[in-house]
Amino acid sequence: MAAARDWTVAGVTAGFAAAAGLGLLLPDWLMNLTVVAFARALAVLGLMVLWRTGLVSFGHALYYGLGAYTVALLGKQFGISEILVTLPAATLLATAVGFLIGFIVRRYRGIFFAMLNLAFSMVLYGILVKTEALGSTDGFNVHPPSLLGYGPGDAGITLRGIFVLLCAAAWAAAILVHRYLQSTLGHLTTAIRDNEIRVEYLGYSVIRAIHGKYVMSAALAGLGGGFLAIALGQVDPDSMVNWTISGELVFVTILAGPGSVAAPFVGSMVYELIRSYAFEWLPHAWQLIVGVTLLGIIFFLPGGVWSLLARVARRGEAA
Amino acid sequence: MEAAVTTLLDGLVFSSYLFLVSVGLTIIFGVMKILNVAHGSLYAWGAYTSAWLIGVWAEAGLADAGSFLMIAVAAIAVGGVLGFVLERGLIRFMYARDEVIVVLATFATFLILEDVILLVFGVDPYFAYQPMAYLGSAEIGGTLRDVYSLTLIGLAAVIGVVLWVGLTRTRWGKLLAAVIHDRELSVAMGIDVTRVYVLTFVLGAVLGALGGAYVAPMVSVAPGLGVEVIVLSFAVVVIGGMGSIPGAAIGALIVGIFRAVAVHQLPEVELFVVYAVMAVVLVFRPEGLFAPAQARRI
Amino acid sequence: MTQPLLEARRLNKSFGAVTAARDIDVAVAAHEVVGIIGANGAGKTTFVNMVTGWLKPSAGRILFAGQDITGRAPRDITRLGICRSFQVAQVFQTATVADNLLIALGIAEAGTGAGSGLRRLRRPDLAARVDALLARYRIADYRDQRAVTLPQGVRKLLDIAMAMVAAPRLLLLDEPTSGISSEEKFELMDIVMAALREDGVTVLFVEHDMEIVDRYVGRVLAFYQGEIICDAPPLQALADPRVKEFVIGEEHSSSGQGVGNAHR
Repeated sequence: MAAARDWTVAGVTAGFAAAAGLGLLLPDWLMNLTVVAFARALAVLGLMVLWRTGLVSFGHALYYGLGAYTVALLGKQFGISEILVTLPAATLLATAVGFLIGFIVRRYRGIFFAMLNLAFSMVLYGILVKTEALGSTDGFNVHPPSLLGYGPGDAGITLRGIFVLLCAAAWAAAILVHRYLQSTLGHLTTAIRDNEIRVEYLGYSVIRAIHGKYVMSAALAGLGGGFLAIALGQVDPDSMVNWTISGELVFVTILAGPGSVAAPFVGSMVYELIRSYAFEWLPHAWQLIVGVTLLGIIFFLPGGVWSLLARVARRGEAA
Repeated sequence: MEAAVTTLLDGLVFSSYLFLVSVGLTIIFGVMKILNVAHGSLYAWGAYTSAWLIGVWAEAGLADAGSFLMIAVAAIAVGGVLGFVLERGLIRFMYARDEVIVVLATFATFLILEDVILLVFGVDPYFAYQPMAYLGSAEIGGTLRDVYSLTLIGLAAVIGVVLWVGLTRTRWGKLLAAVIHDRELSVAMGIDVTRVYVLTFVLGAVLGALGGAYVAPMVSVAPGLGVEVIVLSFAVVVIGGMGSIPGAAIGALIVGIFRAVAVHQLPEVELFVVYAVMAVVLVFRPEGLFAPAQARRI
Repeated sequence: MTQPLLEARRLNKSFGAVTAARDIDVAVAAHEVVGIIGANGAGKTTFVNMVTGWLKPSAGRILFAGQDITGRAPRDITRLGICRSFQVAQVFQTATVADNLLIALGIAEAGTGAGSGLRRLRRPDLAARVDALLARYRIADYRDQRAVTLPQGVRKLLDIAMAMVAAPRLLLLDEPTSGISSEEKFELMDIVMAALREDGVTVLFVEHDMEIVDRYVGRVLAFYQGEIICDAPPLQALADPRVKEFVIGEEHSSSGQGVGNAHR
């Protein structure tokens, strides 16, 4: 690519600053929607890195759910609701599990990679559904979060506080992933997808590279899941661990496109907005809309929504 | 002893169910290298159509014995029509594309078909108990069972044998085997591969629909029926080897028996055990236990 | 006698009942240019694959500068100083020619220390090295083209350039001119050999075209049914009766060297 100015860091910073600022003004329902969207976008950010590497996981609800349940359980079992403890714990647990499972999945590609991840996530799903102590299919509530000792205020303030924190975390994640993608390891995404043999012969271990990206995606999904649990106020297997959730994450990844670290956030917002409205007006056609959209993207817009935005922006520049 | 018989029969019934719903999936994968997520929806469509037709039949005052015919009609109609439309309308545009993209496309199709069910059949559950009621119950191994669920075992066995004979003894079966082994060479030899693909997909669709159609009288046919079937049939197909019919049978038996034992001895692990077996097989023998030999391409 | 750079000792490779390599004994000194010839299936690529780590020998050892590298992974062997190009050029299709080289440079750098893989890839110093490579292999005109759109000759040059990024001491080229039209073969080899000579690299290349072999190598290894049947300078090798029978074929005995042309 010819030297194009990289607006990503500036754009992402401005975007999240604006979002955080706007957040103080938005009505509660929209705030809630955005929190869910951004939490999911964190997971999608990780999946995007894997997607660039040519890998799709149908089981990342495993880490998403692990993150969510960690936050919830810390509150339920130990009475810990301090965000600065629960969220890092959620991320760490997801990272650790991802690290272990990574040793296994890093040797697989294509459908097998997708299915193996699915299998692992459904193992967790099966465990959760059958374990009464973990709430089984009903799940259980998440204790209201506290930050630095400040207890939960009235719902509005707490939610906004969470949102600002989420914006900060998302900003950090986006910037870090962006810098990662600019490095050699970051380029070893599309390179591996294009030609693994060449990468090995140039001197780098492909499975080591994939393992690293997998762990990164697990960490991001865990953090996202943690935020989701706090935002929703409750956890249950069908909202967080079932394969349909993994499918949702994959859909948003494809919808957003792999073009930029901002894409998952834009894509997730689009998805969440459409989902809320579709649920209200066409509750029995929601899946149909998703399905048709996914087919549309596969056939006509493989770069996702972001590629559309990029095209429009380029035309705007040329004009 | 009685407990063992009960567990065994439970396992066999569940295995038969699994075989029925998975064999279509494995055939499609074996021939076309496509993992058809929409299979779950074909199952659901088969179930809904069968339940509806049985209801219509019953309302027309016709003999319960004849309601079995409705099951067959539902399976063939759904499989034939939907299968054909899907293959010609979508799958054929994806022959050359990356296998994961194809899975995503069939996943999208699954979502679409699920909602069309809601639009066509509504959200209320259907109950089509007539065939089951007709066959009554019997006491075996100290438990009262529906004879209907036992016929599942018979149906699975018949289908298995018919498919196996068809694949190994008939000309059609040999063509299929040739295409499974090497598509390019088959085309070069003058085999109409497109026709093989269409017929294979329709066959797989009919089998999937038959699974749903036959099971309909045993369950409450309600939205979301297809969701669980997908992952279960994936597990069976993966364990047995994608593209292998005997593999699907063995995989179904393994999963079915494991699950029956789990349900009776350790109910907590019932769900988990299926996916754990799937994970273990994928890790140690990713091509499954019986996958057809694949010539390695450099 | 100085230590040979590459040594193969009683190298054997069997795939079940098929013996692809039988008691291969070869020593190559630094700065040599060696041609490997033989009919298809004679064991040439098997040999290259064993030296570069793609295949583990069934028996025997491979030594590089005295170090035993038998059975080590390709990426380790690359880091030790042996690189290869491929019969079908292995490049990153969706990346531009310049980016292909940039990624290769990044990977070479990534082996050099903790966190080195995380350094930014688009840097002026790396860009300068990319430009140098593009110039040396005469593919600068294609720098911004995606690799998948390249003509075959350019793609092969890119493949070789990428192999050279890690500054190897030994380079194995697998049929560098295959798929190239006869007019362009010499042009390509001139570019490649000039570049390699500048870097003082030891070269082994597999080749079917005897004119190429004749012009560029100082030594020929002829393979037949997994064995080396001749190890000599090109003049002798191409006149050797067994080479003529099993590799070149009677009608295609070497041209332009005054050796009898036995046309039927």
